[in-house]
Order: sequence, then structure tokens, then C-alpha cells
Amino acid sequence: MASAATVEAPNRRDFLFLTAGAVGAVGVAAVVWPLVDQMNPDASTLALASTEVDIGAIPEGQIVTVKWRGGPVFIRHRTKKEIEDAENVPLGELRDPQTDQSRVKKREWLIVIGVCTHLGCVPLGQEGKYEGWLCPCHGSIYDTSGRIRQGPAPLNLAVPEYAFLTDTRVKIG
Amino acid sequence: MSGPSTYVPKSAIGRWFESRLPLMGLVHSSFVAYPVPRNLNYMWTFGAILSFMLVAQIVTGVVLAMHYVPSATEAFSSINHIMRDVNYGWLVRYMHTNGATLFFLACYTHMFRGIYYGSFKAPRELLWIIGVVIYFLMAATAFLGYVLPWGSMSFAGATVITNLLSAIPLVGTAITYWLWGGYAVGDPTLNRFFSLHYLLPFIIVGAVGLHVWALHVTGQNNPDGVEVKNAERDTVAFTPYATIKDVFALSVWLIIYAWLIFYIPNYVLDADNSNIANPLATPAHVVPEWYLLPFYAILRAIPNKLMGVIALFASIAILAFLPWLDRSPVKSAKYRPTYRFFFWVFVVICIGLGWLGSQEPTEGLTLIARFLTVGYFGFFLVIMPLLSFTEKTKPIPASIADAVLPKKADATAAAQA
Repeated sequence: MASAATVEAPNRRDFLFLTAGAVGAVGVAAVVWPLVDQMNPDASTLALASTEVDIGAIPEGQIVTVKWRGGPVFIRHRTKKEIEDAENVPLGELRDPQTDQSRVKKREWLIVIGVCTHLGCVPLGQEGKYEGWLCPCHGSIYDTSGRIRQGPAPLNLAVPEYAFLTDTRVKIG
Repeated sequence: MSGPSTYVPKSAIGRWFESRLPLMGLVHSSFVAYPVPRNLNYMWTFGAILSFMLVAQIVTGVVLAMHYVPSATEAFSSINHIMRDVNYGWLVRYMHTNGATLFFLACYTHMFRGIYYGSFKAPRELLWIIGVVIYFLMAATAFLGYVLPWGSMSFAGATVITNLLSAIPLVGTAITYWLWGGYAVGDPTLNRFFSLHYLLPFIIVGAVGLHVWALHVTGQNNPDGVEVKNAERDTVAFTPYATIKDVFALSVWLIIYAWLIFYIPNYVLDADNSNIANPLATPAHVVPEWYLLPFYAILRAIPNKLMGVIALFASIAILAFLPWLDRSPVKSAKYRPTYRFFFWVFVVICIGLGWLGSQEPTEGLTLIARFLTVGYFGFFLVIMPLLSFTEKTKPIPASIADAVLPKKADATAAAQA
């Protein structure tokens, strides 16, 4: 163990070397972060965070697609049958179990983000086995509550943050 | 193979230059005096063809960038402007779009060549891995470029491919927002994709430099898969032998290129991409370009999102492990009858997956795609390791010269008789 005996105690130079290295690492990180963060959604994108929609003109049985944060949001005025279909599904049958009640604020209005949770395509309304939505890309099938029932998508169509301003006016976001 | 250059400049200016920067010596030892195995066939001309295609894509791409506008509102009409107004814009754009097709066709031929003749085996593992990296960069560049015309298929492609990353647990969604610069594919996405599409080809040039460097250290593999033992007997000089052969193969290749450009310029383009991108609707049938179809079929064959994405990336990444999956000491499939059979099965599987990727996914076809996906991975993970130890190979020739020269002597004798 000759080497153990010759190990010197840390001296002033070791200390300076380590602290200078640490400061250098912080400096590099401080320069790299802006280069990475510049790619995140910018202030003008964040400013478009909400949109208001007049839903008074949407007849029962129709789906209207509105643009929110650059992507589609489906506003579906559901028929009685569609509501019953959605409410009568046993939770055990669902891949991503959620009750229909937890996904709507008013039973006749279903508002979901129109982006398939598989790979982001826009599903087609009133199609598929459950007459909810069918994604044309990889065949994911959603029911009249926008819940995933078949196909590769892992999750239900997302419910955005929204509020009824009046009976016929909705603010999304 | 590599060593000090034997190049002696003829002129005084050349000698002055060479003693300060031995550039001509490097070119001479790499592309003139460089010894190539004397038994190379035309499958060995694809390196030159690929180099040409890379340069062609960069030249036409730089020209297109002079007229293209990377903005969500103007990109689509700037493509029409290039096609209708810019002098020879239609030609340059068709050279670029069809160039991508021929680039990938040459690349796949080059890769299958490597798998057939065992070019990935020691001592060429790094050379092969750099090649896999180049292929991955090519696929990324092609994807980014396909988004730029901002047609509806561009938009759908950008959405689907970037959403692959949303499968990553916990941080997936944050990563997609970061990639998009928003909450969906949009103007910021298009702008950065243009920037990266311009950048990546030059990174490919750098990687190709390493690829050629590694090649010139180990020397080329050859159809018989035996290493050069006697440079005098087994090799010929790169120039004129390989140079002329490469030029001839490239000329034939250019005829195919010209035929694509002038007779069927839109053959590989999707009609849906003649519609401008619409974030609120997806085309009825989303398909990638032909060169990515097999991987798309693998993605779709797996019913779970995360597993599908992992399988997609694994299907490319697995190529990098070939040198350790195939342990057979015999390189060339010429002397490996069982391996040769399975190689052609593998080629059929790849083409089959490509066809399935282009079809609407019905239940029956998805089942076939699952079988072929198992076959794709089975070739690498089961067949290759198994054959490494169980296959009875044919005797390999003692040297490259022994493989080709006796035949020539016999032929001469027969001709004289």
C-alpha cells in the first residue's frame, strides 16, 4: 500500500480546480437552457389559450369542430339515445374507465379535444361500432362519450377545461 | 490499406503545395492507388451512387430553399410558385422529390448487399454501425422534408411521427409540445423543420466521411467474403478499375432517375398532398412515403401504443447489433446455403411489410402484418444466432485470387480449345 502513504491531502490547487469546474458546468447549463427552451410554445401561442363559442345554433345530433390552441375541439350536441348509450356502459368494459357523468357538464353537450390519443389524427364523427368516433389512421374506435373502446389508442379523448358562460355560450380553455 | 502516401506530385507547384498540405496525396491514396478486391461485382457500385445522390439532394435542396417560404400560410403556395413561375423550378423540385426515392432505393440495396455478403462482420462492425446511423439520419431528413410542402399528408405525417414520442411515459406530452412549439403541429413546427431539414444533410456528409474513412482502414468486403491476403494478387487499383465501373453503374442509375423525373414525376407523391394542410381534418387514408412503409406496418401491427413505438424504433436499431447476432465465421451468403435461403425470405418479408403498410388496416391484414413482424425480428434474433453455429457452410476459397483466377484460366483454355 505504498500509494496510500503517498496520497497528498487536498490542497489549495485541488480546491480551485474543482470549484472552477463546477462554475464552468453551471455556465454551460445556463447557455444551453435558452437554446433548448426557445423551442417551447412561445408567448404568442400561450396568449391564444382560450376561445369562446356560440353553441345555440348546433342542432341535436350534430358535431361542430372548433379550433382551440391550433387543434380541433369537438362540440357534440348529443341525442337522447347517444346519452343513454354512453351512460349505460359498465365501467368494467372500458380501457380507460371514466363515467359519462364525469366527462360532461351538461348531459346533452359533450366537449372533447378532437385528437386521437394514439398518434394525433383527427377522428371522424358518428362512425365506428359505437357511432362515436372512428380514427382513420389506425382504426381506434370511440363511443358517444369519446371513450376509447377498440384499437391502439390508450386513452379517452381528452376533455379540455371549459365553462358555460350562458346556456348558449361556452368558453374553452 | 491506409498508410503513408506514395504520391509524388509532378509539377513544382504541386510539390510546393503537397509539402505544406498533402491534400492531393490523400485523394490519390483514397481514390486512385487505393487497392480494391479484384472480385467486386456491381453491388459494390452503390457507395458511389449513394455519394452522388447525397450531393444531388444537397444541390437541388439549396436551390429550392432560395424560393421556398417556410411559413404555414405561404409554404403550400410557394411550392406552386416553384412549380409554375421559377425558371426550371419544376425540374429542380422533381429532381429533389424523386431524388429522395432513388436515394432510399440505393440505400436499401446497399444495406441488403451488406447483409447478404456479411459486410457487417469483423473487422467492419464500426463501418456498419456508422452506416446504420447514416440511414437513421436519412430517414429523419426525409421525414422533415416531406412536411415542408405543407399539404394535408405532410401535416398528418408530422402529427403521427411527432406523436410517436408522446408514448414516452410521464414526459411524452411535454416533449411533443416542445417539438411543435405549440399545442399542435403548426407554424413554429414548420419553421424549425425547415431549419433542421437544411442542417441534417451536412451532418450526413460528416457521417459519410467517417464511413468512408472506416472503409479505407479495413478495406472493402467482397462477394467471396475472404480478406485480402496478397495485395498484388487479390486487388486492383481503384482507378481505373473501380472508377470506371462506378461511372458506368451511375450512368445506368441516372437513366432510371431521368425516367422518373420526366415520365412519372408524381408516381411516388400522394394525391392528398395536393390539398393544403388542414389541422381540423385528417386525410381518409394516412400513409408515409414508400421507403418508410415497412416500419409503419410494424407500428400498426402492435395493438399497444408504447409497444408499437418501441417495436418501430427497435426494427431499425436492431441492425446495429448484426455483427454480434451473426457469429458465423463465413461472411458471404455464397458459401452459406441455409443463410442465403433465409436472407431471401427476409427480403420478401420486408417487401410484404411494405405492401401491408400501404393498405387500409383490416383485421385480416393486421394479422398477416403481425406474422411478418415476428418474421422480421425472428430473422435477426433467432435465425442469425442459430445458423451461426448449426449451418454447414461450403468450403471458402483460400484467397480472392483463388476464387476468381482459376475460373478465368479455365475459360481461356476452353476458348482456345
